[in-house]
Amino acid sequence: MQPQSTWVKSRNYVFWIIGVLMVGVAMGVSLLANPPETAPFDLLPAILRGLGVTMQLTAGGAALALVVALVAGIGRSVPNVIVRTITGVYVEVFRGSSVLVQMFWIFFVLPLEPFNIELSALQAGILALGLNVGAYGAEVVRGAIQAIDKGQIEASVALNMSPALMMRRVIIPQATVRMLPPFGNLLIELLKATSLASLITLSDITFQASSLRQTVGRIPEVFGLLLVIYFLLAYPLTLGVRWIERQRKWAS
Amino acid sequence: MSELFDWEFVVEILPRLLGGLLVTVEATLAGFIIAVILGLFLALGRRSENPWISQPLGAIVEFIRSTPLLVQLFFFFFVLPRYGIRMPAFVVGTLALGLHYGTYTSEVYRAGIDAVDRGQWEAAVALNFSPWRVWTGIILPQAIPPMFPALGNYLIGMFKESAQLLAITVTELMLTARVIGTETFRFLEPITLAGVLYFLVSYPAALIVQRLEARYARSR
Repeated sequence: MQPQSTWVKSRNYVFWIIGVLMVGVAMGVSLLANPPETAPFDLLPAILRGLGVTMQLTAGGAALALVVALVAGIGRSVPNVIVRTITGVYVEVFRGSSVLVQMFWIFFVLPLEPFNIELSALQAGILALGLNVGAYGAEVVRGAIQAIDKGQIEASVALNMSPALMMRRVIIPQATVRMLPPFGNLLIELLKATSLASLITLSDITFQASSLRQTVGRIPEVFGLLLVIYFLLAYPLTLGVRWIERQRKWAS
Repeated sequence: MSELFDWEFVVEILPRLLGGLLVTVEATLAGFIIAVILGLFLALGRRSENPWISQPLGAIVEFIRSTPLLVQLFFFFFVLPRYGIRMPAFVVGTLALGLHYGTYTSEVYRAGIDAVDRGQWEAAVALNFSPWRVWTGIILPQAIPPMFPALGNYLIGMFKESAQLLAITVTELMLTARVIGTETFRFLEPITLAGVLYFLVSYPAALIVQRLEARYARSR
């Protein structure tokens, strides 16, 4: 905490002006709005029709990302140069561009020559989300493994544990605690990124809102509601991550 | 099976893609300037003693961070014209990008300001410096340089995520690639090339940020 003193207070009017201006702008905008004929909540069922797809993308992407992150993260931490190079290239390639680019590539390019891999839009979406977030997750796993005390590894070697047993009994349990908060943050990023799947024809909540915009109009309500839905989905995750972080701080 | 990669076609479309890359870079840099300035004001505002300022700003930051950039782009692109605010798609996209990442950079500023030694504040108060002098002369000059790696990471993030601007018809790199694809019915070369261009910019940039990080870690 910084020392709270009188001079901080003397500058408060600057913030007051900014705050009042912001509220003023917001009120002006809402006054200019056409008064909605009905409450915006009648639009809710139509948008929520896409909730299943959003959930499928989130769950599928998260499951794939978790597996890929563990495999690639451990792969980047082993002494074998070939394994390390392959997993390293995977991580750098998928972190080198965004989910959207990778989703387009998987959706538009994979079904063509010379790959001829036909995927449904849902499969393409889950694959892109999982592989992209998995690359970031691999770095989390690698960081957590590296952060483990050297003495723990030396003790395992002294106890004549096989590398696999050491991974399972010593490294993974300790690394898991460290990985939980960053994994939670990645899950939030993943949930937000599922909205991109609407651009490859998947009818998630963003897609439903976009089609409502074209059919019903009422644009401010539709997208305002959509933003609130995403907030209600993502914010509990944020609170969960903070809760875990607090538990960790108490524990240490 | 045809040739894996038609290099003549690649050479043909490369200038158009580079034009798209230029738009991407412009949107990124303009958005970054907005994010860096906005982030500072958000961070300072959230430190305010006055709860009527810090609390709403905190809520706004949480809300923007918890919702997808794509939906924010749609919101500004489709909603603002309803209230008579008409701007080119590029401007809307850049503003939304800057606003979205401004909430992220505000957290960087917050951490950076918190990391400044407490004694610096106490000394400044003891010397009766004006708040302006405390911030511009003492706190921010010490807080900002260690933030460069984190800010650099967000700059790279913005560069990659600016591909989402295609959803509101900004012809940046990714939309250029898709348009070439639909015109020529060839998706392999343009979309792959777009991915390669993103990588060629972001990977060296990430290496530079890593070196910066190592340097600040050593100097600490």
